[in-house]
Amino acid sequence: MAVRVRVPTPLRRFTAGVDEVPADGTSIKAVIEDLERRHPGMRERLLDEKGDIRRFVNIYLNGDDVRFLDAINSKVKDGDDISIVPAIAGGR
Amino acid sequence: MATTSQSFPRLPADADLGAPVHVRERVVPLSEIVPVGRANSTLDLVGNTPLLELKRLTAGLIPAGVRIFAKLEGFNPGGSVKDRPAKKMIEVGIAEGKLKPGKVILDSTSGNTGIALAMIGATLGYPVELVMPSNVSRERKKIVEAYGAKIHYSDPMEGSDGAILLCRKLLAENPAGYFKPDQYNNEANALAHFETTGPEIWRQTNGEVTHFAAAIGTGGTVMGTGRFLKSKSRAVQVIAVEPDDAMHGLEGLKHMASSIVPGIYHEQQLDDKIQVGTEEAYEMVYALGQTEGILVGQSSGAAMVAALKVARSIRAGTIVTVFCDFGDKYLSTNLWIGWQEWRRERLQQVIAKWQKK
Repeated sequence: MAVRVRVPTPLRRFTAGVDEVPADGTSIKAVIEDLERRHPGMRERLLDEKGDIRRFVNIYLNGDDVRFLDAINSKVKDGDDISIVPAIAGGR
Repeated sequence: MATTSQSFPRLPADADLGAPVHVRERVVPLSEIVPVGRANSTLDLVGNTPLLELKRLTAGLIPAGVRIFAKLEGFNPGGSVKDRPAKKMIEVGIAEGKLKPGKVILDSTSGNTGIALAMIGATLGYPVELVMPSNVSRERKKIVEAYGAKIHYSDPMEGSDGAILLCRKLLAENPAGYFKPDQYNNEANALAHFETTGPEIWRQTNGEVTHFAAAIGTGGTVMGTGRFLKSKSRAVQVIAVEPDDAMHGLEGLKHMASSIVPGIYHEQQLDDKIQVGTEEAYEMVYALGQTEGILVGQSSGAAMVAALKVARSIRAGTIVTVFCDFGDKYLSTNLWIGWQEWRRERLQQVIAKWQKK
């Protein structure tokens, strides 16, 4: 399943500065694994040692927070939009 | 010499009997003398925050000759350390004629500075407009709106740098209409800490402070306080605390290597920089709540982690850090996702982790 992933500023060093990248997968988990293959270093920023989404990372699937769907196992369809958003904004 | 009628009413007890007698032009009526603990304005309540020694959390984790203290900045009227620089920047702006009636106070901020500016704008009668990424906590948005300020939202994907850029654009469109305190580049930010935070810490530690560690957002706290403490004793070590990665969850803090570096931040003047992980900072917030009975925000958790790291690297000393605010305005944030697992039984694991380190 081909999806588009919006990448926040702090992760663009892994995507050569690009703010939106393509990825494949049938679930959020699979999409993150694919992102890691294409842009090594991304997974560790998004997932903790147990493989859960880090608490300060929000992932939106077509505008819905995946925590309120099936979290890491949320199903993904062709053409879906995924956004990775840091839960905070730096700078006071 | 200012005459009494122009200066702040003083208690007669203030008069130094050994010094030349100051001839008063008139007797200050008792009704003008403000007793301790009473204020004429919200602005008079900024600063003079308590210093708390963290004894319970640190028991057994740090050498016997080391003490850790935290400045509880949540006691400021706007609820954070940012009241200090906001007040100073506004005062300097007015004194220099850059802020005058008819102008709007505008700045980019992810929260506490915005709250402070909104509060001060309300007390002085100036309208306030703030630019912030739309992913800042709900409480913060509501608080600034409660003070009557207007919010412009920037793209959450662009973080605080996105807010800085949108703010510059608004200013460029109407330069005469706005006064921008510009906390990232305004030396009055650091000056506020040089004049207040630094002297308070010096006094509250009886001059025994050996290390000062503060988290960096603009760098104002660490630069200004550090400069003052070093002016009293060159041996004082000044340490900045920053997130360990560009992708982090420490609201208010900046990872300098990946950010627009603030103009007031001069890293070469610091003795050290400590990096803190988001998860260890969050765990420290839970530990502080359950051992010290103090609920703080995530930046305070990061500050405490850094203070502990410093404490374990020395044999003797007095470490002072800054707890920027209390934790109530973060209850809706990801800081508290899944926190139940950190109740008492798990707290032992946090402490044990530090015992092993």
